[in-house]
Amino acid sequence: MPLTTSTVLICAGGACISSGEASVKEALKKEIRKYGLDEVVRVVETGCMGACSLGPIIVIYPDGVFYQKLTPRAAEKIVQEHLLKGRIVQEYLYKMPTGEVVPEAMDKLPFFAKQVKIATRNVGYIDPSNIEEYIARDGYFALNKVLTQMSPEQVIEEIKRSGLRGRGGAGFPTGLKWELTRKAKGDRKYIVCNADEGDPGAFMDRSILEGDPHTVLEAMVIAGYAIGAHQGYIYVRAEYPLAIERLQIAIAQAKEFGFLGENILGSEFGFDIEIRIGAGAFVCGEETALIASIEGKRGQPRVKPPYPAQSGVWGCPTVINNVETFACVPPIIIKGADWFRSIGTPTSPGTKVFALAGKITNTGLVEVPMGITIKELLYEIGGGSSTGKKIKAVQTGGPSGGCIPSEYFDTPVDYESLQKLGAIMGSGGMIVMDEDDCMVDVARFFLEFTVDESCGKCTPCREGTRQMLKILEKITSGEGSEKDLIELETLGNIIKDTSLCGLGQTAPNPVLSTLRYYRHEYEAHVREKRCPALRCKALVRYVIDPSKCVGCTACARVCPVNAISGELRKVHTIDNDVCVRCGSCIEVCRFGAISKVSP
Amino acid sequence: MVDREAIVNLVRNIKQQALEERDMLINALHQIQNHFGSYIPVEAAKLVAEELNVPESKVYEVLTFYTMFSIKPRGKYVVRVCVNLPCHVTGGRQIIETLKQTLGIDFDQTTSDGLFTLERTSCLGLCGVAPVIMVNDEYYGDLTPKKVKELIESLRARGEGR
Ligand SMILES: Cc1cc2nc3c(=O)[nH]c(=O)nc-3n(C[C@H](O)[C@H](O)[C@H](O)COP(=O)(O)O)c2cc1C
Ligand code: SF4
Ligand code: SF4
Ligand code: FES
Ligand code: FES
Repeated sequence: MPLTTSTVLICAGGACISSGEASVKEALKKEIRKYGLDEVVRVVETGCMGACSLGPIIVIYPDGVFYQKLTPRAAEKIVQEHLLKGRIVQEYLYKMPTGEVVPEAMDKLPFFAKQVKIATRNVGYIDPSNIEEYIARDGYFALNKVLTQMSPEQVIEEIKRSGLRGRGGAGFPTGLKWELTRKAKGDRKYIVCNADEGDPGAFMDRSILEGDPHTVLEAMVIAGYAIGAHQGYIYVRAEYPLAIERLQIAIAQAKEFGFLGENILGSEFGFDIEIRIGAGAFVCGEETALIASIEGKRGQPRVKPPYPAQSGVWGCPTVINNVETFACVPPIIIKGADWFRSIGTPTSPGTKVFALAGKITNTGLVEVPMGITIKELLYEIGGGSSTGKKIKAVQTGGPSGGCIPSEYFDTPVDYESLQKLGAIMGSGGMIVMDEDDCMVDVARFFLEFTVDESCGKCTPCREGTRQMLKILEKITSGEGSEKDLIELETLGNIIKDTSLCGLGQTAPNPVLSTLRYYRHEYEAHVREKRCPALRCKALVRYVIDPSKCVGCTACARVCPVNAISGELRKVHTIDNDVCVRCGSCIEVCRFGAISKVSP
Repeated sequence: MVDREAIVNLVRNIKQQALEERDMLINALHQIQNHFGSYIPVEAAKLVAEELNVPESKVYEVLTFYTMFSIKPRGKYVVRVCVNLPCHVTGGRQIIETLKQTLGIDFDQTTSDGLFTLERTSCLGLCGVAPVIMVNDEYYGDLTPKKVKELIESLRARGEGR
């Protein structure tokens, strides 16, 4: 049999698929066949490699050469040059912002060099629909170790000692959760994997499910063994059809290989997993709501205690953990708690996967040791602003979190430090904003989200957030007053203190944190009816500078509402009563004559 | 007309596949919705209630709580626009405007030719290529108003071609 001399990894994560992965793969395979290379070159579709803004991506091993922003045409060329003649194709290598071509190997790129991969150790390196590739990278070794060498108590002890904390938002110690559930009374117990990932701007769970589904299955079986459960559910959002498909394949394969079902690996222990699909309700990510949804009810939270550890699915003791939390478990079992503790900080051991989104050059996923500073994360790994404008703030923790202004970017990223700033770690979404983003608008935006997603069970959350939204809408449309700012704070604090579940308790955070750091922006809106970032539609006007306008009529032709008038070669003007502030005219004016002003 | 037998079979299948003889209402509704393309006729919902032996009122409660379910017929293409912050700061507002204009409908409406329904969705986990929309099960990222127009045109051509 001829040896495989090259392996081509092609990213088949959601983002790369949306940017044309399928046609690149087709071209690649066709060209490889054309030159009779199919015996010696293997093409493997992987999960998200993390550098989503660069897709479609391939990496060619053994050298690990990283090619980006590919087209079918590029794929053909790479086959002809690289695979056939061993010549690297410069034009598709990654280029630094300075235009300089950096070392072609993937692990030397600044984006990858600083990362430490634990939860995403296999994502982007293996074919997620092939269990043998997972096994080849120590997959199911941890399960084997647990079943043959460890008692359930020892498993729990190891996880406790590792200091692993829940990655789903609250950071609760995982080992302790398992211990409480093990000790809870009841002969039926359950393991639930929370794969509802609803935080806007977070997509690490999605990438793990799509890129390495077996790690989640393996960890769930281990957790089942530790607490004495024989049944697990994975609750996935319906918005993630690809993740669902890959999980289904993985479950079938794990059954075939004897990692699921009865007498796992010849032991006495049996465990089964079933997928449950959500139906578009953010609040179902909250654990008690999620459990209600698994039971086929409306996904509304209930008062805690009792916690799921006492009373979860069908009233039975239940461990519910996040996808990323589970993904950390097999490496901890194999390499030990001390190894895990040696990474990260004393109170937040290990790594965290962050999703970089918004106005940052390298959008995508990165896994870094806890305790890294925001600055390192955004500039050294993220490549800084994508717009050429200064980064103004980063929003962490989604609708429960807060905005961190650039003055605080030296802060280390761990559970406690972020909390101190009025933000939270949350699930790890980092949304980068620049000077063009209005913080009042951002706050309003999140409130819109919570008003939409509040399940309506309790009044402070249902009515209070609506009230806050109304005030914010007033402010962004230029009708707010100083009193409104105080009202926002008062309302925010009431909602925090009196809501039933985490959604309501944290919903005011985006408002309170922006009020804390960007009060001057709020004040500009209410005092001067001005939006400093030129973002709030009602507070900006579009004007044409008569000294620059040459009367080319480009703007008038593009305006969807005919707000621009003027004759050919004469200065044009905009009627701001008609203008809908779409911004099209600014884009088409080649003379830079049109600008936004506020007021 | 709703094909009674098909629905009953669907539900029975789900019952067989489930690991536990417990509630499988939401799974059943997903499958029924797929069966009808993108909505659940009231009659079918009644059948599900019967087959699973749960009160009809509970089925309605569930149907109306989850935004993914619809009891109104939806278009052949359900266009879901991500309306969360990462998509917003990268130009989502223009995408929404363009969609509304090109389709001539507002959110939660269906075009008169029955081809398109426009809906909101929260983050699709593709913020790396924001702004993003989803059409049925397919994702489209890195959108610009121009790309959106082209996409809608090509779907329209395909939709009418059948
Ligand atoms: C409104 C709300 C939404 C949540 N969404 C998620 C989610 O999408 N994914 C998740 O893992 N946890 C989510 N959580 C946290 C869960 O309730 C729970 O704490 C978590 O799944 C526990 O797992 P962990 O300890 O491994 O983090 C949410 C909480 C609240 C209040
Ligand atoms: S706080 Fe909001 S989401 Fe949570 S239970 Fe109350 S109404 Fe529902
Ligand atoms: S912003 Fe849009 S609506 Fe206003 S003048 Fe320019 S093109 Fe016309
Ligand atoms: S999907 Fe390809 S790098 Fe993220
Ligand atoms: S915010 Fe739109 S895909 Fe995440």
